[in-house]
This record gives sequence, structure tokens and C-alpha cells, in this order.
Amino acid sequence: MTGLGPTTRTRRSRWLGLLAASGVATLIACGPVSFEIPIETPIQPKLDVTPFQRVLIAGFVAGGTEDVDTNQETVRLLRSQLRSKSGLRIIDADPMPLMEIAQEQGRSGDQADASPSDGPRPTTVADRGSQPAMALPQRIREEKDLEPYERLFANTAYWKRIGEEYQNPLIVTGTVLFTPHSRSGFVSRDVEEYDSFGRRRVIPTRTYLERKGFILRPKFIFIDGRSGATIYSESYREEVLYNAQQTTPALSSYFELMDRLVPNFLSTLSSQKIRGTRVLLK
Amino acid sequence: MHTRLLACTLFAALLGTSAYADPRSDAKSQVAFGIDVAQRGLWREAIYRWERAAEIDPKYAPTLNNLAVAYEHEGQLDKARQAYEKALEIDPNNVQIRQNYELFKEINDRTGADNKDTP
Repeated sequence: MTGLGPTTRTRRSRWLGLLAASGVATLIACGPVSFEIPIETPIQPKLDVTPFQRVLIAGFVAGGTEDVDTNQETVRLLRSQLRSKSGLRIIDADPMPLMEIAQEQGRSGDQADASPSDGPRPTTVADRGSQPAMALPQRIREEKDLEPYERLFANTAYWKRIGEEYQNPLIVTGTVLFTPHSRSGFVSRDVEEYDSFGRRRVIPTRTYLERKGFILRPKFIFIDGRSGATIYSESYREEVLYNAQQTTPALSSYFELMDRLVPNFLSTLSSQKIRGTRVLLK
Repeated sequence: MHTRLLACTLFAALLGTSAYADPRSDAKSQVAFGIDVAQRGLWREAIYRWERAAEIDPKYAPTLNNLAVAYEHEGQLDKARQAYEKALEIDPNNVQIRQNYELFKEINDRTGADNKDTP
């Protein structure tokens, strides 16, 4: 049997050692090739709010579940957020009952509108929105029930008067629909399994689930209090679903969904910094 | 004999690499310096370094990725998008660049005009 001589073996091991050492040296010299770094992305406000010092969160035409007073809660939440995260002064006033105001405007043959403080007040025909009169649903259950209320937001004379009353602020109003929702179907889930040798495996499994939750559909309308004209508006849709057995109060779900939307709302009025991490490459 | 052969091969390889990689290695050293200063919060200097690296070697994807990150940090979102897209054009399978881009898009879409209604 032929084997390697001691000299050859020594030479080979010396070479192997040299190669290993050079590999380590190369790794040390090159170092890592990627570096995680925190960044803060500044986001400019979508709206130029420099002409305004004050903001009036007027109120919302709200509908959906009766478990939450969506108008009241939305006004309260947006005011508190703006107070801490924007430079605008927040006007403290009772949330306007916009549904009643719109209905009052409709009832008085489109010849009258209402102010929040003084109750119904006659106005001229020019105060109306340009849309023809549509029946206003007493109760808002779905999106199409909100459509007839749009003419309230287009009523520039009305909003101009509200603006004058509050010294020409930026007015925030709109619609909020918060509805219960359920969905059944197959959902993919990872299920842990152990085989006969005790080895753990994760197997994607499709399970039939009944889930229920809520959908939140707000539309924020920004009105220039000096002219009564809409200067910007944006709509959102967020939903949350829980296991059918889970009991989550409607108000908790409302705040959970609003939490997701509030940064977007704030970024309309004030500059924001969004924190995150990125990877730099060598 | 073996030693000589190996030494010759290594020398030839080194020569070859240095002759080929001049712009690339210049760009790499700018990139490395940029990372160093970015980690110390000097983002403007980092942008300057990475822009130089991009001039030296426009086909080096890490430079464009880093530039995109720096533009993001400075709020220059249009420039960031362009740089990410260029980086991915050069290196479409780079998971880290793609991940950065996805995160960037998430912010951009969330705060952008996507939900804007026409008044």
C-alpha cells in the first residue's frame, strides 16, 4: 500500500493552513458588505397651511354602527392629535351635527341653512350647493347613503359663514362610515407538526374560518374658511377582522383603525418624520 | 515547484484584477467612505461621496442603493425613487435593494397622493 510520505503531508498541511489563514485575512480586510442604518424620512405637508393659524374640526356626517358616536369620537381624536403634532391652534367648539344641518337645509326648501350656534337661519339661494335636491337618508348604513350629503360640503356660502364666525380658520369636515363586517373563507396558516423522530416541521395549512370585524371609511374634506371652498379631500378604507369567537368592543376597533389613518391625516397638515431602517451596501 | 507556480498564479491574478478594477475600486472606496460618514450622521457628505462614486462607475448597484437611502433621509423622494429603480435595473435580484425599495414605496404610497380625491 502506498501512502503519502511525511514530507508531502507536512507540505500539504502547511498549504492548507496558509490558505485558511489567507481566507480569514481576506474576510477581516473586506469586513461586512451590508450595514443597517436608521433613517428619518421628512415628509412635507400635502397642503399649504401657511395662510391659516387656526383649524376648526367642524364635525362629520357619520354612519354605520350605533355602538360608537363616530362624529364625536373622530372630532375628539383629530383635535387631540393636531394639538400635539401640529403648529395650528385648535378651535374648541362642539362638534357640528352636520346630518341635522344638511337635513334642515334640505327641509327648508333649499332656501335656508343652519349655523352651529344660532340654529336654522334663512339664507339666499346662492347659499345652496349647485346640486339638485336629493332625499337625505335619516340613517346612514352604507356608502351610497352618504352621497346626498355631498352637497352640504359644496355649499361654499354656508362654509364661508362658518369661517367668518370662527375668524377664517382652516375647516376640517367630511364623512365617516364605520360598519360591522364579517367574512368567512379559507385562510392560510402555518401549523407546527412533529414527526416520529421528534423533528419540528411547519406546514402551511388552509383552514376555514369565520371572522368578524369592522370597516372604517373616512373622507376628510379641507375647506378654506375665507372662501368656503374645498381645497383638498382624501378618502381612506381600513378594515380589521377577528375570530368569530373573539369579542372586541366596537370602540376599540374604531381606535385601532383610526390609529392606522391618523399619520396620513397629520401629514396633510404638518410635516412629519417617519422613522425606519435601511441597508447600505459596500 | 508548487510554491513557484502558486506564487505566479497569485501575482498574475492580482495584476489582472488591478488592471480591470480601477474605476470599480475607486467607486468602492468612495462608497466605503460614504458609509462611514453616514453612520456618523453626516448625510450630505455621504451623498457627495456616493454621487462621485456614481460618476466614476455608474453601473455599481450598491452606490445607487446608498444614494437612494440618503435621498430618502433628506426628503428628496423623487431622486430616491429614481436611484432605487436604477439600482434594481442593474441588479434586479439583489434582495437588500429590493427590500429597501419596498420600504420606501410603503412610506411614499402611504403619504403620497394615492388617497387624494379630486375636489
